[in-house]
Amino acid sequence: MPKITAALRSIAGWLEARTGLAGAIMPAATHAVPRRTASWWYVFGSATLTLFVLQIATGICLALVYVPSADQAYQSLQYLNDSAAFGAFLRAVHFWGSNAMVAVMTLHLLQVFLFGAYKYPREMTWIAGVFMLLCTLGMAFTGQILRWDQDAYWGLGIGASIAARAPLVGDTLVHVMLGGPIIAGRTLSRFFALHVFVIPGMLIALTGLHVWLVLRLGVNEWPMPGRLVDRETYRDRYQAEVHRDGVPFVPVAVRKDMVAAGVVILAVLACAAIFGPNGPHGVPDPTITDAAPRPDFYFLSLFALMALLPPWTETAILLVGMPVAIMILFAVPLLSPTGEKSWRRRPVAVLSALLILLVVTTLAALGVMSPWSPVMDASTALATPVAYVQGRSPLELQGALVVQSKQCRNCHSLGGEGGARGPALDGVATRLTRDQLIRQVLQGGGNMPAYGKNLTPAEVNALVAFLQTLRPANQPPARTPVAMHPPTREE
Amino acid sequence: MCANHDCLPPAPPSRRGFLFTLGASLSALAAVLAGIPIIGYLFGPVRGRAGQAWIKLGEAARFPEGQTRLATYDNPFRVAWDGPTAKIACWVRRVGNEQFQVFAVNCAHLGCPVRWFQESRLFMCPCHGGVYYEDGSRASGPPPRGLFEYEYEVRNGQLWVRGGQLPTLAGPV
Repeated sequence: MPKITAALRSIAGWLEARTGLAGAIMPAATHAVPRRTASWWYVFGSATLTLFVLQIATGICLALVYVPSADQAYQSLQYLNDSAAFGAFLRAVHFWGSNAMVAVMTLHLLQVFLFGAYKYPREMTWIAGVFMLLCTLGMAFTGQILRWDQDAYWGLGIGASIAARAPLVGDTLVHVMLGGPIIAGRTLSRFFALHVFVIPGMLIALTGLHVWLVLRLGVNEWPMPGRLVDRETYRDRYQAEVHRDGVPFVPVAVRKDMVAAGVVILAVLACAAIFGPNGPHGVPDPTITDAAPRPDFYFLSLFALMALLPPWTETAILLVGMPVAIMILFAVPLLSPTGEKSWRRRPVAVLSALLILLVVTTLAALGVMSPWSPVMDASTALATPVAYVQGRSPLELQGALVVQSKQCRNCHSLGGEGGARGPALDGVATRLTRDQLIRQVLQGGGNMPAYGKNLTPAEVNALVAFLQTLRPANQPPARTPVAMHPPTREE
Repeated sequence: MCANHDCLPPAPPSRRGFLFTLGASLSALAAVLAGIPIIGYLFGPVRGRAGQAWIKLGEAARFPEGQTRLATYDNPFRVAWDGPTAKIACWVRRVGNEQFQVFAVNCAHLGCPVRWFQESRLFMCPCHGGVYYEDGSRASGPPPRGLFEYEYEVRNGQLWVRGGQLPTLAGPV
């Protein structure tokens, strides 16, 4: 035993004498950090890095089998799912790892923002970090395209349609993005190159810069209310604090990082094992027109925004609003480079972060439900509630048939089933009179198409007769408002 | 005044200085010469709207009058490895004997595939709820315009359309 140890030691000594790697790395690994930063709040950055390494490892594995060709990508994904040893599991790890990477990176961003870590002298660390966030979202979008299913095809259509809105250069952008006149083989090859070479290369370089800056400038100290950042004194004070009360990163602070990274990776593996891979969801054949494309969760809030914005604001918000928002994110350390770091004394920062989180998650939740999308199979899949047809006259029953066959329930629900684009019809007779119903059906209005040309007078008559029965027994039908005399001065 | 050597007469060009200048210029020239084809290659797909072709959709008789039917064709600019994405769909509405309307399936809002509903005579989009009337005009929802329409011709009983581009607001069909 002692002989083996001695031999190993001499090999290590030889290697170190030739490479000097340990001498270069050890001081960086063991550099002192402020004691209070050895905290659970400071683990998200290293957890994101660990996830990135996991993504690289699984991504290389998938690239061994995946065929980046539009005619065979789908089959190669099916082969990964069904035949390759651990293929489905690795696809699942890569998918859940990407979700986790976006999520943990967001937590890291929030922590850094709320702890004022972006302030002097760490402005460039933040700016590099925002580039990394954009690269990661770029990886998410391009990765979703490599899944090469219907969501990928129509996702590209959405991307191209957004690019096309740019004035003057819109058409050029679309062609450069698609690699041709239309979404096809050359498009997939472009996105493969982006996902596998271009963006990962940028991310690795930026990660190097980001970590270098953390080592050079030190981990942000625990923010104390009232202790302001001042360009004159900050660096000396930080050095003094680290000197007085620092702990080595390895092995002290790194313990919690390792626990967090382990928990995150295990969670990804568990999700992968339980939920499996995502898709592919249907051959990317654009002649299959019953596709209902949805983006992965990171883009659901944008997807929802596109449905909910007033149409005339869309182009401005996409082409001006989004870039301005990204510029503001970049400029955070330049807008507020010094002063208070503690979130306890930065109410505007805390409230803005909460507001943005609330908006993004609400939009994403709406994106999942997509109440603006018509229920495409309502006329054949949903039954008319029995209570609405019991004891009705033949004319009213005819009207119930019109509601069903004219696809009214694609947008209007009855008994809680059907679309949510328009109002539920359950109590419609309490809101609209017979005349108002006829007018609404014939002329449409308020986001409802006009059905005047598509319904015979007999159908309209039956439909309105049925709609007039739709009210709770204890509520009176709507009545035509009686014209009132304007109040006179004497009254 | 002339304490430092800034105001000495310029030194005669040395061999080292010449080599440095030569090296820098040669590298710059090489970078430009290597860069031009790379940029040209990346922007190669840009070729204006000329990239359109006449495409045969089939017998005009296949499309009954007063009806709207799905037709499919092969992208005229396809490459061998396009696979299922080489196929393109369009909605063909026969208005009268020789009168047609051929719509792209792509919603004018953000390009999702619109679906035809025969009973309510509407096109509906599954993404953001855009709705169009049977003549392609906008009925409701976020689309900024009606459906994109192909140029068409009937020759010897065959219906032809002019297409080959992804229809967007920047360049319809």
